[in-house]
Amino acid sequence: MKKIFSRPESLKDNPFHYCPGCGHSIIHRLVSEVIDELGIKDRTIGVPPAGCAVLAYNYFDVDMCEAPHGRAAAVATGMKRILKDRVVFTYQGDGDIAAIGTAETIHAANRGERITAIFVNNAVYGMTGGQMAPTTLVGQESTTTPGGRLPVRDGYPLDLSAMLGLAAGSAYIERTTVSNPKGIMRTKKAIKKAFETQLEDKGFALVEILSPCPTNWKMSPKDAARWVDETMTKIFPLKVIKDVA
Amino acid sequence: MSGKTLMRGTHVLGEAAIRAGCRAYFGYPITPQNELPEYMASKFAKMDDAVFVQAESEIASINMVIGAAAAGARAMTSSSSPGISLKQEGISYLAAMELPAVIVNMMRGGPGLGNIAPAQGDYFQATRGGGHGDYRVITLAPAYGQEIADMARQAFDLADHYKTPVMILGDGMMGQMMEPVEFPDPVDLATLPRKEWIVNGSKGRASRTILSLWLDPPKEEELNWRLARKYEMISEDIPDQEMYLTDDAEFVIVAYGTAARIAKGAVHRVRESGMKVGLYRPKTLWPYPSKALKGLCEHVREFLVFEMSMGQMVEDVRLAIEGQRKVSFYGRPGGVVSTPEEVAAILSSAYNSKTN
Repeated sequence: MKKIFSRPESLKDNPFHYCPGCGHSIIHRLVSEVIDELGIKDRTIGVPPAGCAVLAYNYFDVDMCEAPHGRAAAVATGMKRILKDRVVFTYQGDGDIAAIGTAETIHAANRGERITAIFVNNAVYGMTGGQMAPTTLVGQESTTTPGGRLPVRDGYPLDLSAMLGLAAGSAYIERTTVSNPKGIMRTKKAIKKAFETQLEDKGFALVEILSPCPTNWKMSPKDAARWVDETMTKIFPLKVIKDVA
Repeated sequence: MSGKTLMRGTHVLGEAAIRAGCRAYFGYPITPQNELPEYMASKFAKMDDAVFVQAESEIASINMVIGAAAAGARAMTSSSSPGISLKQEGISYLAAMELPAVIVNMMRGGPGLGNIAPAQGDYFQATRGGGHGDYRVITLAPAYGQEIADMARQAFDLADHYKTPVMILGDGMMGQMMEPVEFPDPVDLATLPRKEWIVNGSKGRASRTILSLWLDPPKEEELNWRLARKYEMISEDIPDQEMYLTDDAEFVIVAYGTAARIAKGAVHRVRESGMKVGLYRPKTLWPYPSKALKGLCEHVREFLVFEMSMGQMVEDVRLAIEGQRKVSFYGRPGGVVSTPEEVAAILSSAYNSKTN
């Protein structure tokens, strides 16, 4: 019998701790598949965030080095500058990359650091229990925006990827989703391109992936996926934001 | 470079760091230590295997140090007081992740933005860990140009040996002052012990992780015990001090760094009047060289601690003396630098008030 589906080599045989309907496990798998396909497992180093994916090193079977909350781009910079022939990627949530780590991320992009950032946007602080994120939509309920995000009080959702697109050192920025099968296929292509951008020494690459968080959105997995497709993509449209790779 | 060279402290530190094998420097401009990153930038620009990045912030620079250290490089950052406060998050992570790194603090007046004059107000921050959690940072306190060179080498060796961050605690005056220095030959990087713990891609081995998160309390406790055992070992191995004219001294002034040079001048002046005073100068601030200090109690009747602060090291002196002798304090904070005459007057008056 022909084997048509198996665990990627770059993914450890550990059951995911993520909630049902969460996008992280899909994204972990896609990143691992890309690492396998590019044949870079033994020269890749990952930098996980503080957040739901803090335990990413339990899943990715590549060298990993933790970063303080938001500092992944700076840690990855130090690492990549020393190990120029290795592949360094960061894996970060919206709070990590677009709030506490905004400066590190923008400046890494602007320097054109040869790193790949996987930015998982679920519009909420997941691990800490559902507080407002920089990407929380106007009107979206969170534990710190009772009655919904109110711009006069809470500001507006931040489009970090658009800002990164303006940085001269960024080579490839795309926003995708894992809320539907087509989006998952597209996300894998984008992740692959983001790694290739680094391998080809072209500049900073980032894929922002819209990802459902049924637990903190207090929705069923099905409704959460639909909310990404119908509501979140209106504020965070799926598109290639920059491609000079 | 053989023989002696006349150089300012910041440049001495940079040159000695490069000779010690430092191949990664990350920093952010702040006075009074800008000549150090400038020196690193100019030297590294001519070296193929060395990395200089002017980071967007102090926070980014210490995190770049984390990345470079995890990748196996001898990495350094430097700053001055307010900048060192910003680096504390990263220093806590370096300690927890057991990564070697060298951090230079050329202290200035504080708190807050303070000023850019030489001061010693960051002693607590340096010797008590500085950031969150239960950890210590090896703290070396040079007082002379030559010692800056020697301690820069020592700092990288200690950091690698104990897999822990090491701080060189100087001040603005030390960084600017030019003194003759003799440098050791450069370290041959190939001869350094191999680091079998780094993350550089898992070719030919299982993948590794460097982390500081231990969600299971017994695991976190285990890390803390491991660090505690390491700190105990360091406390046994490396305390160091200079004892100047202490053999026959009845009265000893305790000071470190620039303050110790002023105190030494004071000791000379007071000795001329026939008073038996000496200087105890800790070269390691953590671990504090307590045993040798306590040993002085055999013939020293009183101690005076002099700092360019409101009194921080004085607590370690009192802990070392364990109440056996009177310990008084004199300090000038805020970037004011005392003259040896001023300290001599304090010292002789303290000496005589006891005698009379």
